[in-house]
Amino acid sequence: MTALAKLAPAATAFALLLLAWELYARLGGIAPTVLPAPSRVLAQAWENRAALAENTLPTIRATLAGFACSLVAAFVLSALVDFLAPLRRALFPLLIASQTLPLVAIAPLVVLWFGFGLLPKILLVALVTFFPMMVALVEGYAATSAEISQMLAAMGAGRRRIFWLARLPSALPYFFAGLRISITYAVVGAIFAEYAGAAKGLGIYMLSAKNNFRPDLVLAAVAVSSALTLALFGLAVLVQRLAMPWEKAGRDRRAEPSERRS
Amino acid sequence: MTRLELRHMRKSFGALEVLAGVSLDVGAGEFVSILGPSGAGKSTLFQLLTGAIRGEGDMRFDGAPLDGARFAFMPQRDALMPWRRVIDNATLGLEVQGMTRRAARERVAPLFAEFGLAGFERAWPAELSGGMRQRAALLRTVVQQRDMLLLDEPFGALDALTRAAMQRWLEGMWRSHRWTALLITHDVREAVLLSDRIYVLSARPARVVREVAVPLPRPRTDSAALAREAAAIEAGILDTLLGQPTPINDHPMENRND
Repeated sequence: MTALAKLAPAATAFALLLLAWELYARLGGIAPTVLPAPSRVLAQAWENRAALAENTLPTIRATLAGFACSLVAAFVLSALVDFLAPLRRALFPLLIASQTLPLVAIAPLVVLWFGFGLLPKILLVALVTFFPMMVALVEGYAATSAEISQMLAAMGAGRRRIFWLARLPSALPYFFAGLRISITYAVVGAIFAEYAGAAKGLGIYMLSAKNNFRPDLVLAAVAVSSALTLALFGLAVLVQRLAMPWEKAGRDRRAEPSERRS
Repeated sequence: MTRLELRHMRKSFGALEVLAGVSLDVGAGEFVSILGPSGAGKSTLFQLLTGAIRGEGDMRFDGAPLDGARFAFMPQRDALMPWRRVIDNATLGLEVQGMTRRAARERVAPLFAEFGLAGFERAWPAELSGGMRQRAALLRTVVQQRDMLLLDEPFGALDALTRAAMQRWLEGMWRSHRWTALLITHDVREAVLLSDRIYVLSARPARVVREVAVPLPRPRTDSAALAREAAAIEAGILDTLLGQPTPINDHPMENRND
């Protein structure tokens, strides 16, 4: 099956949903200030493309900066925790607690403490994206085959050598699973931070569009943020393919039962 | 010349006694097998040898107390790293010893043909068949150029046909290289085919219940007469393993008994 054929059912379902929405909005007698038709959202998005683009860039910047910080922190902390078991027991309850914080309440506070600049956005994006990657990495290290570790030790490799040669590569599939989850939270995290207070950004744009009774522009911004998330997700999948070429080799072999023999 | 000497090796995990005083010798260029029921503590013995765990008893190599770095260890299954190409799996031990990746590749590459892996240097382990994976794992083990090979049930996970082919292949390789080797197995036929001597272990807690010499000429897969003699030795070992009383020294092939 080609990639296009695989996409067909999802594309059809999406198109049908849009069509139903369009018909309901047009024929149901609903005011466009309540529920604008998709065609109107699209037209308004095009008309306001300059403003949308101007507000999308800061969101992308906040998302990427926050995600990069989160990635580095997850890697460093997970490696530390892997070497120091007591640290793991000290940190994990705190990390789990951090995931219970309601973002709605935390976002305005973080803006209050750190101002309207980039820093509070980075912090909030990191807060929502850090945990899945951290947990995935720590579990991935633990999934290292005991036989590979024992063999490396018998070869004379020390603890650090084993980490680089075996534990980190073993964690890669887990890491990418965590990354794919994280990255879908990242844009939402940035928008939340902007919603709580920002000069520019999709979050503040949505807020002002809502206050001006322009649900069409709110939805246009929502569409942009969805597209951003999907693009980042696709990028993560692409990076995973490039970083783990052996995965594809394994899949191809399982898919094709004829044995390559020497 | 005796290279490895183990005397009265004991090991318990808490209240569970695994090894109850195992003694054995391996001479230079000798292929010795440890044969025992599953869960008898055979792998524990290897963990003691590689220093993964500590136990009681005396371990000597060439007469001196064992200081590690003597063994090239091949674990159960193949333990190939799926994220390294076959050649980079083969060089792993050399890289850990501090050799650069390029130098290690140059050392290993000429051996691929002998191990039936020519053309698969750049393949991923997932692209190899089971037998090829085992040969790659053995290649990774022997290129380390340690004094002795420790093989922990290397063919246990293979299908019967591949296993038989691999056993024949390993016998051929051993005849041309004469590695000093200690093999763990629960396959009686494999032990008799490959070994100069066999230590038969009891169920846990393990002790040596019998030492069997296999003075058959090599190669051992060629003649029907050899196959009959091998079968007789196998039957004797099976009797011991299954707990049937076997009179000591009832067979001309068994000339050394503990």
